[in-house]
This record gives sequence, C-alpha cells and structure tokens, in this order.
Amino acid sequence: MRLVFAFLAVIGFAGGAAADGTGPVVPAAVGDPHPEGNDYWRVHHMDMLRHDRDLTMREGVRDLAPDDLAIQASIGECFTCHAVKDEAGSFVSFDDERHFCRACHDYAAVTIDCFTCHRSTPPNESGLALRTMAKPDEANSIDAYLSRVAQEMNK
Amino acid sequence: MTNRAEMTRRDILKSGAAASTLTLAPGVTLMAFGGTAEASSRADAGKRWGLLIDASKCAADCNDCVTACKVENGWGSQTELEQIDPEQAPEWIRKVTLRDTSTGREVSAPVMCQHCEAPPCVDVCPTGASMKREDGIVLVDKHICIGCRYCMMACPFKARSFVHAEITDQNVQAPRGKGTVESCNLCAPRIDSGRIPACVEACEKAGHSAILFGDLKDPDSAISKALNDYDSVALRADLELDPGVRYTNL
Repeated sequence: MRLVFAFLAVIGFAGGAAADGTGPVVPAAVGDPHPEGNDYWRVHHMDMLRHDRDLTMREGVRDLAPDDLAIQASIGECFTCHAVKDEAGSFVSFDDERHFCRACHDYAAVTIDCFTCHRSTPPNESGLALRTMAKPDEANSIDAYLSRVAQEMNK
Repeated sequence: MTNRAEMTRRDILKSGAAASTLTLAPGVTLMAFGGTAEASSRADAGKRWGLLIDASKCAADCNDCVTACKVENGWGSQTELEQIDPEQAPEWIRKVTLRDTSTGREVSAPVMCQHCEAPPCVDVCPTGASMKREDGIVLVDKHICIGCRYCMMACPFKARSFVHAEITDQNVQAPRGKGTVESCNLCAPRIDSGRIPACVEACEKAGHSAILFGDLKDPDSAISKALNDYDSVALRADLELDPGVRYTNL
C-alpha cells in the first residue's frame, strides 16, 4: 500500500508538488493549452505518439494544415510550444538537462530514445514549410511540376 | 485542435479518412479509403512514384541534386564527416560517371535508392523496418530498425548507409540517428505535403531537368509517356527488381 501511495505521489507531482521543491519543475509552455488537459497528456502522450508514428511513417498520414485531419500530434510539433531557451536565448536540445522532456523523464528515471533521431528543438524553416499542404501554384508543388513537364513534352 | 481524449479509434478512422465499406459476404468487409482531401495526405496505392533520369542532360560537373538532398535531409555535414571513416560516410545519392573505354564517351548520372517493386532490402529485413509504402516508396522505419545492416548487403545499388556516429540538430522532416540504416526515401515528407523531391527541384533549377518525376501507374503522366516513347534501362535489369528509377541515354 505504501508503494501505491509513493507511486501516486510521483504521478501527482504536477498537481503542485513542484511548488514545494520535491518534484521536477516543468518548464512553462507557450501557445494554447491542449484541449484534453495536462493530466490526460501526462498519462497518454507516449501512446499518442506511438499511434501516430506508424500512421506517419508507414501510411504517409501527416497532420497538415489546412486539412482537418483527426491526427493532430506530431513529435516535431511539440517544440513549437514546449521549447526551453538557455541564457544566451537559443533553444536547448535534449542534451541539456533543462530540456522540456528531460524535466520529468530524468526525475522519473525513464530513458527515452526519441531524440537520438528526432530533432529536439523547434523546426528550421524548411521543416516548417512542410507543415502545410503545397498550394497548386507553388513552384515546387507536384501539381505545378506535372503541368510544367506535360507542357514541355507537348512542345 | 480536436480533443483526442474523447475520440475512439473508430472516430479517428471515420473522420481521418473518408472510408467506404463494402460487404462482400457475411463477415467479410472490404474497406477503402478515399476522398479528395485524403488523397494528398496518405500514401496512395493508386500511384507509384518514380524517376526517369536522362544521362545526356546531366552535367558531369554539376552536383546540385546531391547538395539539395544533403540540405533537405541533413546528411553529410562537415561535423558528421569528421567523426567517421570516409568509407562509412552516408550517401543517399551520389553522382556516378561512366566511361566507355573504347570510345572515351563519358556520361554522368545520379544514383540513389532505385525504389524497386521487388526490393531485396525488404525481403531480408528481420524486423520489418525496411519497407515499401503503398505508393512504391522504399524506406526504413527507424523506430524498429535494429541496425543489422542486412539490407545494405542485399541492395545491389549500394544505396543504403549506416549511421555510425551520434547526430544532433537533425532536420525536423528527416529524423536520423546512430545505429540505424538510412537511404533515399524519395523525399516522402515532401511528397506527402504535395511537393516534388528536393533533387528534382534542384535539377530543374540548375536548368538541366535531367530528372523527370512522376506517377508510373498513370499512363498519361509525362514519365509514363517518356518511358513508352524512348529507350530506357533499369540498373541491373538482370535481377528483375523492377526499379522505379529508370535511366535513358546511359
């Protein structure tokens, strides 16, 4: 029973435990809060990311605006809001213990290997561009390209 | 943003894809995904993306496709190369020059993953990490890649490389890290967002247009017509892998 209480105390850290210095200090985020609420995300974020990874990788389903797709979580999207800056004002990567994910994972001693491959800071410009579907009139859109080469062929 | 806490798997399937179902017999249901909004954001089984590379248009001294691939997918940076043996350097795409020893004629062309219809890398993968998408793109699911490198040995085109050193500051659209195998994925994230691969864009920008990109399953596409009209070759055609990358004037 004592173990259960200890476990509950660990999950309950976010409920104010941080204030008295016994729990991890979760860096504050910018942007709108998750509609599901923080408690839901704390418990389920790993399942949500796992579900999405197979959809994205294997089936090519990506949560792209302006399409209103049901899948709205992407690991690259996290750091749009959950990024932590260092003294110099640049974003810290997962190598730094102040990183958003490490705040809790270090505390709970849970090792994650997401960031051996994934970027752990906000996306650069070319990455941001891929967040939205190409408009047909963009020069590098498939539609524009195919009509260009079709014209070329007819000449 | 949708509240996913209140969604069931069924809701996700219903709203994410305009799913149509057809009951073939009691207990046997055929499910098909379709719809206009969905077509561009899911690998489409009705398509097979391919490239036709015209070696006569490819300039020997131009390396723009390789550079564009490096920038897009974040491989081959100076810091990365300093940590590893040059023989082990990543190489998603490379320029190859062929020389006819009797005539002295030289042609140059890029070689990357050939996106085979029957990919040997997929055959040998023990975990299912090496895979072919519905739209014909062959790629590595690094989530389940164990780094055994069987696929590298199986590939007759030397298209795959292994990441030997730790990597930081990856591009968000191109996750890559130590202990996994990687190769050209035909810029799948770009294709999924309705954009042409980086090498194709760079080649066109350089004024060569040596790489023609298109849907091999569409008989009216420029690439299908060109393959129909002109002589082309598949690299190592003897292996009958039916690659999605073809060459002309080689």
